[in-house]
Amino acid sequence: MPSRVAIVGVGHTQFRATSPGLSYKEIMFEAATKAYADAAIDPRRDIDSFVCCSEDLSEGTGIFDEYVPDQIGAALRPVHTIAGDGLQGLVAAYMQILTGAFDVVAVEAHSKASNILTPNYVLALALDPIYVRPLGAHPHIVAGLEMSRYLHASGASREQCAHVVAKNRGNALFNEAAAYGADLEPDEILQAAAAFEPLSRLDISAAADGAVVVVLASEARARTLDAEPVWVLGAGWCTDSPALDSRQWDTAAYARLAAQQAYRLAGISVPSREIDFAEVDDTFSYKELQHLEALGLFRPGEAGPATAEGLTTLDGDLPVNPSGGSLGVGHLGEATGLYRLVEVVRQLREEAGPRQLPDVEVGLAQSWRGVPTATGAVVVLGKEPEA
Amino acid sequence: MGLRRVAIVGAGMTKFMRRALETGRELSWQASRMALESCELTLKDVDGVVIGTAPDVFDGVHMKGEYLADGAGGWGKPVLRGYVGGGTGVFSPIQGWYHVASGLFDVVLVVAEEKMSTCHPHPQGAFLSIFDNILERPLEPNLIWIFALEMHRYMAAYGISKRDIALVSVKNKRNALDHPCAQVAENITVEDVLNSEVLVWPVNRLDVSPVSDGAAALVLAAEHVAKRVTDKPVWIDGVGWHLDSAYWTNRELCYPKYVEYAARMAYRMAGITEPRKQIHVVEPYDPFSYKELHHLEGLLLCGKGEAPQLTADGVTQRNGDLPVCPSGGLMGVGNPIAASGVMKTAEIFWQLRGEAGKRQVPGRPTCGLAQAWGDLMQVGTVIVLRT
Amino acid sequence: MVGEREFPGTPLSDEDLHKGKVLTVEADPNARYAWDTGVAIGRFLAELKNGRIIGRRCHRCRRTLVPPRMFCEQCFRPTDEWVYLKDSGRVNTYSISYIRWDASRVAEPTIPAVVEIDGAHKGMGFLHLLGEVKPDDVHMGMRVKAVWKRPRERVGSIRDILYFKPY
Repeated sequence: MPSRVAIVGVGHTQFRATSPGLSYKEIMFEAATKAYADAAIDPRRDIDSFVCCSEDLSEGTGIFDEYVPDQIGAALRPVHTIAGDGLQGLVAAYMQILTGAFDVVAVEAHSKASNILTPNYVLALALDPIYVRPLGAHPHIVAGLEMSRYLHASGASREQCAHVVAKNRGNALFNEAAAYGADLEPDEILQAAAAFEPLSRLDISAAADGAVVVVLASEARARTLDAEPVWVLGAGWCTDSPALDSRQWDTAAYARLAAQQAYRLAGISVPSREIDFAEVDDTFSYKELQHLEALGLFRPGEAGPATAEGLTTLDGDLPVNPSGGSLGVGHLGEATGLYRLVEVVRQLREEAGPRQLPDVEVGLAQSWRGVPTATGAVVVLGKEPEA
Repeated sequence: MGLRRVAIVGAGMTKFMRRALETGRELSWQASRMALESCELTLKDVDGVVIGTAPDVFDGVHMKGEYLADGAGGWGKPVLRGYVGGGTGVFSPIQGWYHVASGLFDVVLVVAEEKMSTCHPHPQGAFLSIFDNILERPLEPNLIWIFALEMHRYMAAYGISKRDIALVSVKNKRNALDHPCAQVAENITVEDVLNSEVLVWPVNRLDVSPVSDGAAALVLAAEHVAKRVTDKPVWIDGVGWHLDSAYWTNRELCYPKYVEYAARMAYRMAGITEPRKQIHVVEPYDPFSYKELHHLEGLLLCGKGEAPQLTADGVTQRNGDLPVCPSGGLMGVGNPIAASGVMKTAEIFWQLRGEAGKRQVPGRPTCGLAQAWGDLMQVGTVIVLRT
Repeated sequence: MVGEREFPGTPLSDEDLHKGKVLTVEADPNARYAWDTGVAIGRFLAELKNGRIIGRRCHRCRRTLVPPRMFCEQCFRPTDEWVYLKDSGRVNTYSISYIRWDASRVAEPTIPAVVEIDGAHKGMGFLHLLGEVKPDDVHMGMRVKAVWKRPRERVGSIRDILYFKPY
């Protein structure tokens, strides 16, 4: 049984559609300052290793790793970049601590999506350059295709997906950090302009800028710090095939496999009973449903009806995306999954204010790297070191 | 220290070429398959995959790690891509190390790939993007500027001549004649180097490693698996990495402090107190001839400014007291950025097992070191291996 | 390697590519960005437009930093004040470039240099070019001064300084 790892500090900026007054370095500095204050540590003395998550083409800079250390207190320290999402960065930190050679590791991710002038073209660069890109289609058609397949296979409806949007954007009204809180009816989402059938414009999360930093510590170190630790009970991550022609379209296999690994470590056998709430990826509305089923939180075909019946609202049996998800908060690029985790931490620490869920002990954060990937990670957190 | 032991049990690589027919995925597959075959393991035995690949701008593929994943064995498995610029090649086995040392994985496949030839009209142009977006790119720097500035500072600080430095090009390109994968192996003289085209003084054409396509892979295993799979496991006894401030124009360039700190981290873990005596064969990163010298000093294998004398005295020849770059290094074998560091790690692996063929250094070395460097004169990654 | 086996990989020549002996797919990435300069660099550029170089000072380590930043990377704390610096300095290191950013050759070499700025902490400089000097006449530690574009030509860019010349 590996030794235990806890989250001992979290910090982030507000998330907004634009952040013109601040450079990416300045938003990273803000998030890091807050996270280290939360953990009551000095990065120049107390942090053994730093992990940053970024993709060059999202930043417009080659080898973006060059530009991360100074503003997070990591100059001339062990730092590395994971070209992946925030939860993949988190598992890298988790593993470093489990080796026994590192006690405190910080993880950073941010979005400056507003600085990308040609986001669809940049995203298109992620499509296979030989088999897919020459088709000249907008990369979001991959999501449209998958949504069609998912609705067909699961029996879910566009209406149920619209409930996801209404719920998450409504939850975001209780989240000061969120960019896109709104009071919408499912009908409005269904009637919005068609984007990539069957997705309407409102089924797609809009991008936002912001930065997130999380500090992890070994159990021994966590117990010497002031902050109330939130325990990493288990983590898993997985890449299904990157090729569109050889992957599963019905289900989010990467989420199922990542969850399997996380549940095994956490000793969770019936997730729908043992997990109290979840922050899952909802980059597109249908993804929330698809992910909930892949995570075993609902049986196949049941996430849609459950959502329409209100089972996943703040008052429901299994609240999903109390933060507002990407639909409500804004899609934060590589920081998206890391912010899902921050919300789980806040809920378990009872710091979620107007969004606070009652009596939660175990929460789950899940990420997906977005179109055209089939990659995601799962982290299970708990108030107590054992589930 | 009680850390879980991790060994390298297999290695493989492709030829390094200016332009390969194979796609990046195919190169990854070729190297991975060879590495697995070399230790008679299959993909089924692999629990996790680490992918190392440097700037996405060369391939023109965003989220390049995702694109390469299935070629690198990452299908339905946990996959992470680490990215520290040129340091990636030695950082990837370090990442593999923390996967296995964490206790979560028994067998990890580490794959590094680069396909620089995709970039037209010349891959060097893509390096423009690594400079500061606001303060440096408008000056339209060529990548070689920053090496020339550093090389000049190093020469001036210690009174080193171009002639002293040229000996490294001569040694490494000659050593590479014995490497079956070498792209630019040849017998040259110091005069050839000094007479070659001046690119950015003091850098001449024969002071620079080439642009390359290629891939290399390693199989890492936990102790109980390593002992079952091979009778010559090569243990990863020390790992270290450090990233210096992004503000390279505020730093003293004549000495790579970040390489020293990375080396100290690795030496502490490996119990090395006298590196010059305890390390028998070294593969420091040599993208430019002077870098080998710069790095030997940063690795504390000789005093500051003393590496040229070591070279002139023949100490760093294959049959010398401290063989350096017996493979032929980047200068002789080629420089597909991330793959070159894995090539160096593989070289030490083969040297320690007595499997380096014509390149074998005499004296049965039992301890070797591979080091890579990257970003803006900024990151050092070090791995210490022992039989 | 065990035995002298054949290593995989199929090298292609330049000719193979240009004579169409292999199939290729071409694409031109359309990746464009507009970066928020933020507080520190925003001010730095605005001051360049005014013909001035500005830095930031950290009171704890007492370094005056250029390029300016709102955080001190050594102390990990916000920096404390703006400090105007001189537009002169010393050459920390220089080189002589016969190639452009895209590797094509130039007729007249350019002289890239790291210039340590007077008024900033020792060793603090930024990348720029030297001008009005022959490459052979440059030396390490040489004193230089900025040559600015005319005021109405300045836009708030590092290129508002044309180059540094000896002085």
